[in-house]
Amino acid sequence: MKVTYYPGCTLKTKARNLEDSAVASMKALGVEMEELTRWNCCGAVHSLADDDLIHQVAPVRDLIRAMEQGSDAVVTLCSMCYNSLARANLIMKNDEVKRKTINDFMDEEKDYHGELEVLHFLNFIRDHVGWDKVREQVKVPLNDMKVAMYYGCTLVRPGNVSIEPIGDTKVMGEFLEALGATPVDFPMATTCCGSYQILGNPEAALDVSAAILESALARGAEAVILSCPLCEYNLAKTQGQLTEKQKLSKEVPVYYFTQLLALALGLDSEACRFDLNDHNCLNFLKSKSLVA
Amino acid sequence: MPIEISEKTIKRDFIEKIIKLSGQDINQCFQCGTCVGACPMSDKVDTVPRKLMRMAQYGLEGPVGESQAYWTCASCYSCSVNCPRGIDLARVMEAFRLLTLRKTNEDKVKLSELPEELVKDLPQIAMVSCFRKLTS
Amino acid sequence: MSQSESTPKKTQIATGDRAILPKGAKTIPIFIMGKQYEVPETLTIMKAMEFAGFQFLRGAGCRGGICGACPTVYRMPNDYKIHFGLACQTVVEADMYLAQIPFYPANRAVYKLEDIEARPDMINALYPELFRCVACNNCTKACPMNVDVLGYISALKQGDIARAAEISFDCIQCGMCASRCMGEIPQYHIAQLARRMYGKYIMPKAEHLQKRVDEINAGKYDGLLEKLQKMSHEELEKLYKEREREPDLAPNGTWVPQDAQYL
Ligand code: SF4
Ligand code: SF4
Ligand code: SF4
Ligand code: SF4
Ligand code: FES
Repeated sequence: MKVTYYPGCTLKTKARNLEDSAVASMKALGVEMEELTRWNCCGAVHSLADDDLIHQVAPVRDLIRAMEQGSDAVVTLCSMCYNSLARANLIMKNDEVKRKTINDFMDEEKDYHGELEVLHFLNFIRDHVGWDKVREQVKVPLNDMKVAMYYGCTLVRPGNVSIEPIGDTKVMGEFLEALGATPVDFPMATTCCGSYQILGNPEAALDVSAAILESALARGAEAVILSCPLCEYNLAKTQGQLTEKQKLSKEVPVYYFTQLLALALGLDSEACRFDLNDHNCLNFLKSKSLVA
Repeated sequence: MPIEISEKTIKRDFIEKIIKLSGQDINQCFQCGTCVGACPMSDKVDTVPRKLMRMAQYGLEGPVGESQAYWTCASCYSCSVNCPRGIDLARVMEAFRLLTLRKTNEDKVKLSELPEELVKDLPQIAMVSCFRKLTS
Repeated sequence: MSQSESTPKKTQIATGDRAILPKGAKTIPIFIMGKQYEVPETLTIMKAMEFAGFQFLRGAGCRGGICGACPTVYRMPNDYKIHFGLACQTVVEADMYLAQIPFYPANRAVYKLEDIEARPDMINALYPELFRCVACNNCTKACPMNVDVLGYISALKQGDIARAAEISFDCIQCGMCASRCMGEIPQYHIAQLARRMYGKYIMPKAEHLQKRVDEINAGKYDGLLEKLQKMSHEELEKLYKEREREPDLAPNGTWVPQDAQYL
């Protein structure tokens, strides 16, 4: 099975730490991951109106590109890309009428019928690499590190694209355990961070983000992992503001899950890219003697 | 303020439009309020999702149009996955947004007024998703 | 009344050397803004319009396919497709329905290149509408220069300025992409910003050029130029005729003139 990697716009600029750590980790694990050579923005959010098909065109075009590249599956790191590609894929697979309209509209492209599978990286590691292999390769176990698993929305909702059955998500826990860390479940693990409302209604987004971080802290988490650059912005990049406005009691280091993977695999700073996180992220790892 | 409900205020074509756009049978809602509990934004909006559903069932086009609630919706699908009646509420919220956006050719976020520093800082997906949901 | 009958009269007003119908030339019907005209089949749209009596005040410039002033939209019978071409480059076809769109309003940000850096977020801040692209690809289909417009828009969204500059290199700023854009994006202005950033900040600087400019500024050639300015016509002509020339087939970099002091 040929799996092609779809990066998504943000991973090429603002979230280089997500991409670099993932790519380096896969290399260290000896897993081949070919990148899609030509692609466009997936649209980030799935359009929900029944008659609005133009907004499905972007993700479908990407799937066609992957098909042209001979792939059987597309894997993404960004949760939003995952959601929008997976849902467009379902339309192309299951809805005959919409499929025809979309294919007819893109008359310059090959027809697509949902041939590909859309995977998220977490499931890809679990199913195509395996926790045992990860465990074997861990050089720097993340012992005594209590990490909150923040799934957010788009990995787990709606049900037809959820990376695991809703209410029974285990994959981040298994991932953390394989790295030697202690997973921390918390009540707001799948509560929305406010998403794009950071532009539309910033106060509302800041409020929910603060509540999520407090909820993780209350369960004894020392750090948070996530897989979406927009969640990362809302939960990490706003922390200065949040503490200043006294919405948040103390700062919490937030990492992309792949950064902890790279760290545990013993990869260098070029791979981990903690330089792109907030300073408290590196300080925390230093306090745990995980980095020099 | 009391909302008037009468033959005069019930816009049947509005009800039909919502049903068509969202693909959801809004009449299925039995007002349990589960969506309100699930919604991360329900304490920050003028009209909670349950109430919007009721207003939509009554075809209250005017009051629905005036509500700001669905502009604060983050399309998180918490309501959708929790509704005991199987209503995909996020789609109904999208229908509310589109009925306004499609009518006016006006945007809910003014691109020219966005703080420059914020745009520079934000990940691209923030702009992409926001503009898809809040601009016409 | 068919246009070919009135041709002799028309030649009075028409401009352009090929507006006079050659003897025996075949004419075909075309529709300009909904009205039928008979025009010689060999002409470009621009010449055909002039032949038909139109005079261009705007909508024509270089007449060589490079200025972007003459974009034209047309449709063919029984074809839902909308076609695009440059009036000065596209040869007329029978029954084409056409209109020119010499200018299309598009949002253009104001900036001073000196004050900005070649950074993707600078582009994002100047043109946030970039993120309204839905990948409909209408722009690429509209481009008379066959530029992969969606390709450069995607590169811009991905923050790859060099790639956007490269893909958009053939753009002649005609505006057709913007006229068809679902997201109301001024694609070509954003691409121009990317090329400017690329040219000023990313592209490797030509060091030999800088050296030469410095030499000019330092006055290395002043005396020589002054000498030339004072020469008589005859002297100049003689100098030109007797000038030392690089042999046509000299391999690159092998030939050096006898007097190398100005190199
Ligand atoms: S989709 Fe919107 S209305 Fe529904 S729970 Fe999320 S924010 Fe609330
Ligand atoms: S959860 Fe469903 S049934 Fe209950 S109030 Fe909300 S929309 Fe109505
Ligand atoms: S990219 Fe746009 S402006 Fe440039 S040549 Fe093509 S259509 Fe014209
Ligand atoms: S026409 Fe506009 S929206 Fe469509 S692909 Fe081109 S830039 Fe994107
Ligand atoms: S006149 Fe310049 S491109 Fe046609």
